[in-house]
Amino acid sequence: MRDVWTVFWRDWVVLKRRLAKFILSRMVAPLLYLVAFGWGLGRSIQVGDGSYLDFLVPGILALNSMNISFNSLTPVHAERVYHRSLEEYLIAPISPSSFLWGKVLAAVLRGLISSGIILLLAYLFGAKVAVTLPMVLVLTLNCVIFAQLGFWAAMTINTYEEIAQVNVYFLLPMSFLCGTFFSVQTLPEAVRIFVEILPLTHTGILLRSLAAGGGIVYSSLAVLIGYGILGYLMGSRAFHKIRE
Amino acid sequence: MIRAESLTKKFYGDKKTADKTAVDAVSFRVKTGEVFGLLGPNGAGKTTVIRMLTLQTRATSGQIYYDGENIAVNPRLVKSLLGVVPQQVNFDMDLTVGENMELHGRLHHLSADTRKKRIDELLDFVELKDTVGQNVRRLSGGMKRRLLIARALIHRPRILFLDEPTVALDPQVRRRIWELIRRLAGGGTTIFLTTHYIEEAESLCQRVAVLNRGRLVALDTPKNLCQNLGAWTVEWNGVAGREYRFFPAKAQAADFAKELASEGSIELRPTNLEDAFIELTGRREGL
Ligand SMILES: Nc1ncnc2c1ncn2[C@@H]1O[C@H](COP(=O)(O)OP(=O)(O)OP(=O)(O)O)[C@@H](O)[C@H]1O
Ligand SMILES: [Mg+2]
Repeated sequence: MRDVWTVFWRDWVVLKRRLAKFILSRMVAPLLYLVAFGWGLGRSIQVGDGSYLDFLVPGILALNSMNISFNSLTPVHAERVYHRSLEEYLIAPISPSSFLWGKVLAAVLRGLISSGIILLLAYLFGAKVAVTLPMVLVLTLNCVIFAQLGFWAAMTINTYEEIAQVNVYFLLPMSFLCGTFFSVQTLPEAVRIFVEILPLTHTGILLRSLAAGGGIVYSSLAVLIGYGILGYLMGSRAFHKIRE
Repeated sequence: MIRAESLTKKFYGDKKTADKTAVDAVSFRVKTGEVFGLLGPNGAGKTTVIRMLTLQTRATSGQIYYDGENIAVNPRLVKSLLGVVPQQVNFDMDLTVGENMELHGRLHHLSADTRKKRIDELLDFVELKDTVGQNVRRLSGGMKRRLLIARALIHRPRILFLDEPTVALDPQVRRRIWELIRRLAGGGTTIFLTTHYIEEAESLCQRVAVLNRGRLVALDTPKNLCQNLGAWTVEWNGVAGREYRFFPAKAQAADFAKELASEGSIELRPTNLEDAFIELTGRREGL
């Protein structure tokens, strides 16, 4: 536990120094989404009973926390390959999973901070979104999953270029396909089934239900927990392999 | 203290690069409190040996024991005993000098008081106290190397690994590092170092292992290594450039030198570790 805190502490020191910049830069993308899709397009769109903005906000939360937590781990790639500062952790008397969880926790913190920013902005735009503990937990779980994916990428991928490719071929399509901006129900059957395999879809479903004051969708929660476990296994295995 | 048995490390290549055996069945023991030197030309496998001994990379085959216990039994306990000064600077570039030290202290479970005290002491020792709040990027190369040494000592390791510790240091600092190494060894710390400076090995190490292309080609005291070759050396300008012959006794060497009278620049001198090193690693022609 103490070692998890040490690893987290390091990220906190770095984040604290850049907190203002971090917060400002995290406002840009959500603002654009809110303006373009909330104000712009949204006026002419009807999804379900509520306003498009209310529909949109949970989607943006899911999408944004995915991006932030994944990209929070990409610097670890440079720490492994270029700066070699990862060696400090390899020679230290700490367990490999302390390192993984410390990094994941730091990513969760970043993800939650930026989610808070989005909620604030959304309220300014007049969205009606209920924030509850289950919602925060779902967001946390979403961050954990994508932080682990980021951890896995940082440990296995050799060039920075390839990490960018994970972003382009995996995260970007998910941002658009997983029901962030529209309901997955409207997709053709084959595409819908594919999309429903992806984790982000289920984060969106859960958040949307919770934000509208509904209950927990247990099937989606199960899928996310499954991805969480898979992510942990992949991350640990990748970390084990860097000593080969 | 340390026992390595037939340590082997293979790096597996891909389509373009062939497999490479960087360390090949190397066995040795290092005694408690000893200063043990590992010498070898570039690419001989020194760093790879250190990386295996410090659990940064797994041996492809072979065993490592600390105090008779296999490292696989309790790796975290083993790691708590080790200090490592890497060949390449590996600071956290997002942290300051002080924070890098602090991170190390925390990773080695020192209390806040002890951390502060040790960091102060050590930064003072390597004369980097003024830089404590600076980003490590801003240190010069030599300052970074001094900081690496300071950092490795925070938790008072029982065994200190130094991979070319004095590269890029000015002579005064190098001497001070040597002093420090002697003092640590005197206090019971076991020292395992690699170096390219023969005089460093000669002046510091009780025993020296010579590695060549991944194989251990000699392991002895510096004195014995010279004696095994022949305690006296005659060198002269031959047809193929500078040539060398080694003799067990001075008289024999002198006789040989007389016969060579026609050749130029004949020198008769005691054999040194550099001669032994070059003979053992067979790279005289290449240099
Ligand atoms: N990660 C790696 N992947 C593939 N080959 C490697 C790797 N690390 C080292 N090698 C190879 O193993 C051999 C030994 O390298 P090593 O760094 O141990 O040598 P060294 O004795 O420390 O050399 P130097 O004096 O230059 O520091 C070299 O041929 C090197 O190319
Ligand atoms: Mg080396």
